[in-house]
Amino acid sequence: MNSVSIRSLDLQFGAVKVLQNLDLDIRDGEFLVLLGSSGCGKSTLLNCIAGLLDITAGQIFIKERNVTWLEPSERGIGMVFQSYALYPQMTVEGNLSFGLKNSRMPRKEIAERVARAAKILQIESLLKRKPGALSGGQRQRVAIGRALVRDVDVFLFDEPLSNLDAKLRADLRVEIKRLHQQLNNTMIYVTHDQVEAMTLADRIAIMKGGQIMQLDSPSEIYNRPKNRYVADFIGSPSMNFIEGSLDNGDFIVADQRFDVSSYPFTETRNGLATMGVRPEHVVTGHDLEGLPIVREINVELVEPMGSDTLVWTTLAGQAFRFRLDGQTSVRIGDSLKIGIDPANSSFFDKESELRI
Amino acid sequence: MANSLSQSTPVAQTGPAGPKPRKAFSRRNIFLYGTLIIIAIYYTIPLYVMIVTSLKGMAEIRLGNIFSPPIEITFQPWIKAWSQACTGLTCNGLSHGFWNSVKIVIPSVCASIVIASVNGYALANWRFRGANFLFTILIFGAFIPHQVMLYPLVILLREIGLYGSLPGLILVHTIFGMPILTLLFRNYFSSLPEELFKAARVDGAGFWGIYFQIMLPMSLPIFVVAMILQVTGIWNDFLFGVVYTKPNIWPMTVQLNNIVNSLQGVKEYNVNMAATVLTGLVPLVIYFISGKLFVRGIAAGAVKG
Repeated sequence: MNSVSIRSLDLQFGAVKVLQNLDLDIRDGEFLVLLGSSGCGKSTLLNCIAGLLDITAGQIFIKERNVTWLEPSERGIGMVFQSYALYPQMTVEGNLSFGLKNSRMPRKEIAERVARAAKILQIESLLKRKPGALSGGQRQRVAIGRALVRDVDVFLFDEPLSNLDAKLRADLRVEIKRLHQQLNNTMIYVTHDQVEAMTLADRIAIMKGGQIMQLDSPSEIYNRPKNRYVADFIGSPSMNFIEGSLDNGDFIVADQRFDVSSYPFTETRNGLATMGVRPEHVVTGHDLEGLPIVREINVELVEPMGSDTLVWTTLAGQAFRFRLDGQTSVRIGDSLKIGIDPANSSFFDKESELRI
Repeated sequence: MANSLSQSTPVAQTGPAGPKPRKAFSRRNIFLYGTLIIIAIYYTIPLYVMIVTSLKGMAEIRLGNIFSPPIEITFQPWIKAWSQACTGLTCNGLSHGFWNSVKIVIPSVCASIVIASVNGYALANWRFRGANFLFTILIFGAFIPHQVMLYPLVILLREIGLYGSLPGLILVHTIFGMPILTLLFRNYFSSLPEELFKAARVDGAGFWGIYFQIMLPMSLPIFVVAMILQVTGIWNDFLFGVVYTKPNIWPMTVQLNNIVNSLQGVKEYNVNMAATVLTGLVPLVIYFISGKLFVRGIAAGAVKG
C-alpha cells in the first residue's frame, strides 16, 4: 500500500516551472529522503505535499485519499522545519498542544498525548519552559514532538538538522532513525547532506531541476548511479571521471588501453564514454593481484584526513584521486602501484550521460 | 633554538600590550561630542524659553530678557491657559479642546490600528488574488498630498451626514492613517519567520487563529510604534480639525491657534507659551514612555520591505 502518491505534479511560480510532471510513490512506513543541491525543488515538493503551496496541476494522495484540495491540517501530516518554527510566546507544552486544541480535542486526551510524546523524546523536564530557554537540539526535539502528538500518518522533515552543529547533528540523526524504527510511520525527509540521506533513507530520491533523477535504495544509488549527475553528487570525495572511448571490451584513454571486459555492460557499445571510479574503490598493495587494470603513478598532492588520506595524481593524462588508509605514509613524488576493478566502476554515455 | 624560545616566553616583552589607550580629547571625540552638544542645545533652547516665559508675569516679560529665569515664579498663566483663555466669545480655556482631542484621538487610533494590523497581516501572509494590486493602491495613497482630498471628503461627509461631527473627523483620521500603518504592519509581519506561519497552518489554525494566537503576541513593538505615530499625528493635526469640525468640537490644536492668534487686547505671551506647552504635552509624554520600543519597532519593521 502506498502512503503518499504524487501524480504528474506541476508547480509554477509565474513563468518559472519549479516542478514538472513529477510522479512519486512512497510506500507505507518508508523513510524517503529527497536529496539535491539548493534550488532543485526538493523543499518545494515537500511544501506541496504538506499543502502549504498551491500546485499548478496534478494530484496528491495520502493513504489513498485525494488530498489535493485539502488544508494542511486536514491531510494527516506533521511537519518539522529547519528553523524549528516554535511559537516563541508559548511554553513547550503550549507548542505541543496547539494543534490539538485547534482540533478541539478533549483536555484529558491532549494531556495524555503531550505526556506520551514528551516521554518518547525525553523532553518531560522542559514542558514548562519557553523555546527561548532551550538549546538547538532541544528545540528541534520539541518541533518533532509537535508532529508526534498529532498522531499523523506522514512526517515531513524540511532540512531539520541544518541549523545544528556537526556533533549534535550526528546525535539527532541517530535519534530520528530510532524514532522511525519505533513508530514505523512514513517519513519524507528533505536534505542537501548526503551523509544524512545515506544513513537515514530506505530510498533516496535525487532531484535536479524539479525532476527526480534517480529513486533507489542508498546502496543502489551509490553503486549503480543511473547517470553522471547522480554519480558525481553522491560520494565524498566525489567520483573520478575519465574521458575515453569503448572499443570491444577495452576502454581507450589517450594511448592507454584498459581491459574492462569484466564490467557488466547492459549492451555492447563502442564509442565515446566516461568511466567513473570512486576514490575509495582504488586498491593498492596486496589487493592488486588479478586486477585487469594496474598502473604505476606518481603522488602529486596528499590530503591527510586522519581516518584516511586522499592522494592526487594523474592517470592516463587526466587528474585522478584515490583514497588510502590514514595510516599509510605517502609523500609527494612517491611512486605507487594502483589497481582498478572495472566491476565496481561505472560507465556513462558521453552524450546522454546515462549509465551504460 | 627551541630551547632559547621557551626560556624567553615567560618574560613580558616591552612595547604595546593590552587595550590600546584612548585620549579623552582626541580630534574624533571633540567633533563627535561637540556636534551632539550643539544640536542638543539648538533643540532645547525653544523649549527652555517657552517654559521660562510661561512662568513669568507680564511685567517681567516686558523687561525683554527672554533667556533669564523667572524672578518670581507664577503658575497663573498655566491656570489661565487651561481654564480661562478666550477664543472668540467663549472664555473656557484649552480644557474644552483638550477633551475634544481626547475624544478624537482614542477612537481613531484604536480603529486605524486594528484595521491596519489585520490588513498588514493579510497582505504579508495570505497571498490572496489581487494582494499586490491592493497593496500598490494603498502605498500610492500614502504619497498623495492630503490637500487634494480635502474638498471631495467634505462632500462625501456631507452626503453621509457626518460633516462637522466627531464621528466624521474620526473617520477621516482612520482613513488617512491606513496607508502608512498598513505598510508598517505588512513589513513587520513579513519580517517574522514564514515557517512560523506554515507551522501554525499545519497545526490547523485559521486566519483569525494565527492572527490572535501567533502573530499578535509577537508584535507588541510594532503596535507601540503604530500607536505613537497615530497619537502624535492625530493630536498634532490642524488641517482636518479646522476643516471638518465646528467650534464646539474643535480639537486642542485649533483652539490653541485661536488663542495665540486672537487680535483683541494685549498679547499675553506667558499664557500663549503655557497653552502651547500644554498642547504639546501628550505627544511628549508618549515619547518619553515608549521611546525605546519605538526605536526597536521602527528598526524591526524597516529591515524587510
